[in-house]
Amino acid sequence: MTKTTNQLTFECETGNYHTFCPISCVSWLYQKIEDSFFLVIGTKTCGYFLQNAMGVMIFAEPRYAMAELEEADISAQLNDYQELKRLCLQIKKDRSPGVIFWIGTCTTEIIKMDLEGIAPKLEAEIGIPIVVARANGLDYAFTQGEDTVLASMAQRCPRKEPKLSISKKQSLIQNSSEHAYNSTNYSIKKAITPLVIFGSLPNTVASQLTFELEKQGIHVRGWLPSSSYSELPLIQEGDYVVGINPFLSRTATTLMRRRKAKLISAPFPIGPDGTRAWIEKICNIFNVQPQGLIEREQSVWKSVESYLDLVRGKSVFFMGDNLLEISLARFLIRCGMIVYEIGVPYMDKRYQAAELALLQKTCQDMNTIIPRIVEKPDNYNQLERIHELKPDLVITGMAYANPLEARGTNTKWSVEFTFSQIHGFVNTQEILQLVTKPLLRNAIFNSPVPILYNTKN
Amino acid sequence: MKLAYWMYAGPAHIGTLRIASSFNNVHAIMHAPLGDDYFNVMRSMLERERDFTPVTASIVDRHVLSRGSQEKVVHSIIKKDKEEKPNLVVLTPTCTSSILQEDLQNFAYRASLETEADVLLADVNHYRVNELQASDRTLDQIVRFYLDKSKKKNILNDTKTLNPSVNIIGVVGLGFHNYHDLSELKRIFADLNININLVIPENASVHSLNNLPRAWFNCVPYREVGILTAEYLKKEFDMPFVNITPMGLTQITSFIREVQNILSNLGKHVDYEAYIDTQTRFISQSAWFSRSIDCQNLTGKKAVVFGDLTHSTAIARILHSEMGIRVAWVGTYCKYDVEWFKRQVSDISEQIVISENHAVIAELIKKTDPAVIFGTQMERHIGKKLNIPCGVISSPVHIQNFPLSYRPFLGYEGTNQIADLVYNSFTLGMEDHLLDLFGGHDIVNADEINQQSSVTWSPQALLELTKIPGFVRKKVKKNTEAFANQQTISVITVETMYSAKEKLQS
Repeated sequence: MTKTTNQLTFECETGNYHTFCPISCVSWLYQKIEDSFFLVIGTKTCGYFLQNAMGVMIFAEPRYAMAELEEADISAQLNDYQELKRLCLQIKKDRSPGVIFWIGTCTTEIIKMDLEGIAPKLEAEIGIPIVVARANGLDYAFTQGEDTVLASMAQRCPRKEPKLSISKKQSLIQNSSEHAYNSTNYSIKKAITPLVIFGSLPNTVASQLTFELEKQGIHVRGWLPSSSYSELPLIQEGDYVVGINPFLSRTATTLMRRRKAKLISAPFPIGPDGTRAWIEKICNIFNVQPQGLIEREQSVWKSVESYLDLVRGKSVFFMGDNLLEISLARFLIRCGMIVYEIGVPYMDKRYQAAELALLQKTCQDMNTIIPRIVEKPDNYNQLERIHELKPDLVITGMAYANPLEARGTNTKWSVEFTFSQIHGFVNTQEILQLVTKPLLRNAIFNSPVPILYNTKN
Repeated sequence: MKLAYWMYAGPAHIGTLRIASSFNNVHAIMHAPLGDDYFNVMRSMLERERDFTPVTASIVDRHVLSRGSQEKVVHSIIKKDKEEKPNLVVLTPTCTSSILQEDLQNFAYRASLETEADVLLADVNHYRVNELQASDRTLDQIVRFYLDKSKKKNILNDTKTLNPSVNIIGVVGLGFHNYHDLSELKRIFADLNININLVIPENASVHSLNNLPRAWFNCVPYREVGILTAEYLKKEFDMPFVNITPMGLTQITSFIREVQNILSNLGKHVDYEAYIDTQTRFISQSAWFSRSIDCQNLTGKKAVVFGDLTHSTAIARILHSEMGIRVAWVGTYCKYDVEWFKRQVSDISEQIVISENHAVIAELIKKTDPAVIFGTQMERHIGKKLNIPCGVISSPVHIQNFPLSYRPFLGYEGTNQIADLVYNSFTLGMEDHLLDLFGGHDIVNADEINQQSSVTWSPQALLELTKIPGFVRKKVKKNTEAFANQQTISVITVETMYSAKEKLQS
């Protein structure tokens, strides 16, 4: 079953796999975009999923709601425009958001509700921007939901510099130069580079990455999304854009085709190897000679040495559900692990080209097998392969984690990688903590009296 | 369209899946888009299920949308038949797939020609019934199917058992404390000298369903699931059933008397009064508890109750009739069975609340300002905001409502559990109140005072610090300052913070 070629191979199975519905992006995007309100136009099924998947968040009066379709909506006895207007006015009254996102679902697709057509009219009528994203399970998996939202937002980024915000911009420059004063390599130009980074990250992680670039003298113009809708970054023709997550291919396409931006194809800043490659690639584009990056990467590796001892030589199987798989596998191979299989919902070979190249190179450097990449996996077949290969760790969804543990297989819940801080040099340890937790814990269980914890039938 | 943030009862297919996956060796195939198999996560997480949930999806994607499922559903069923060899495959439509109006009935029929397994299409309308109603219907549907089949094959077993026996109908996966309730029910029936004929659907084999008519009568412990089945069995096989929920002493007594009544109608004369008396006075502690001084303090205290039909009515009755607590109002989210609900609680409270909207319930609780709430997880959170204690008595629930320890709500042990729940909710509330009155927990944080730091923070770094969640902020501040001291940095910048995080964590 193990491959011996040194070329990456791609397989495609039946697509019968477990993943989260893409509307789950609401749960992190409403937190990121602080003046937003997300209206998911769908059925009870969507609502039930969100309510359960978001856990305790749901009780914190989140800025999201369902527009729950009833039988009369399905059979078109009610007028979509009037219904949406009624709900949006209610939202405007109760929450007065800066933007309302309409999340289209499977049902709106099937009944062909013209959300893109209705939104501009209603937007003009109620005076709040309405952004439409079709994050449905017919077309997308889990994190791709964010991709559909960001692709829609990309269209809303200003094309011209607004005149009034000069003072704001200056204060931004001052902010970033404050970092520069304190950094060791202050000397490089302070001018804002025509670079916009896309992908939603917690604010602290976003500023960490911004800061890494600033240390190289690259001052990022802005992020898509920023923490408020009113601060969407300027994107002009010929500007550069770079992604921080592997699942943002639609956003990348939109930025290139509709906004005429130039995409920097780089590996993603996950793990110190990825982060270094990401920064190097950006520096390369702006003709900057990266300073101290290699040392920086090495010192990060050194600081996590104790974790590396735990993972080295251990094998991993990615069942695949959130599209972070290629980058994580690449990082884990660099850590000395053996990856048997990378299941992935969807593989955009162009958008992930640099990441795939780095994966291949990493396998060669580490002199390890090239994992099989399985797009649209079939969970049933995967479970048979897992049974056969007996990997040390399976990274999988919650539907399979407990049953696999009961059969003596170490598992890590894949969704945690989506919700944890895993980007940049600073968060290397966080990824390794996630990966090593099941190994550490189960080592404890197996040492003194394994029979106590053996639940295999 | 309806603006909704939270729902008390899930969509119909969840009910169907709960029934299907509760049976032994029954597989459900959902006709659903990617991501709709969240049921598997809930079952695997909430119930900490060791086995793979027997639910898979025949995925509805763009191709299905444009060309119809064609052979896909049939193939999925046949494939699963070969892989898992189930006794029955339940084809389950979802909200989305039911709009497509594909002839799923036909798919089920075609597949059944090639499968070892029986194939059924769950007969539920997603826009008209919710999770609870759907589970009732699906159970009824499966039972009918197998009894009809047994009749045709002449393998129906309707010879009554020699000794009195009962079927327990409606114990379901992901049900509120259902497994513990089942143990308690079995205990009562054992005490009453009644054999258990079958328990359905939990862990039952569909091939044993032909033995259902062997029981003398049926027991439906919950109002939500099983009534349809019991009514069908009554009509078809003249089997009496008891549908009083044995929750709380009053209701347990009625329940046992009803069983006695049923048996005597069937010619078996028994007298359970002595049993009821002993159990009530000595086995259950709750009758004594109600008399004790502790409970006296609760007299006239104001409570509100909200939940599903079974638990809301039973808990309200316990509070009102057994503990002397004033039930300001009692409500349910089961809109479809309002008449029954009203009949059950009309003597308990003047105000009866029927709503599926948690905001309405929150508003009402605020207005009523009770000393305690008994409700679902949603009411618990409402209570948290309003600083009112809440005992969780009904679904929807979280993982903490699937306890490892023995926590029945039914039977005599159930009365003890409920008494503890009620009493603990009140005392905690009282304790909190007293603490408030006397100035709270008076503990000085010595660390905080001694933390005179020689380093200063740049405004940007301070801003960054405020972005860190409250519960770890103090630790981050301390660590960063320690790091700064160690590196002899006098002004902490954002960079210092990141370096500190990196260095000090390892």
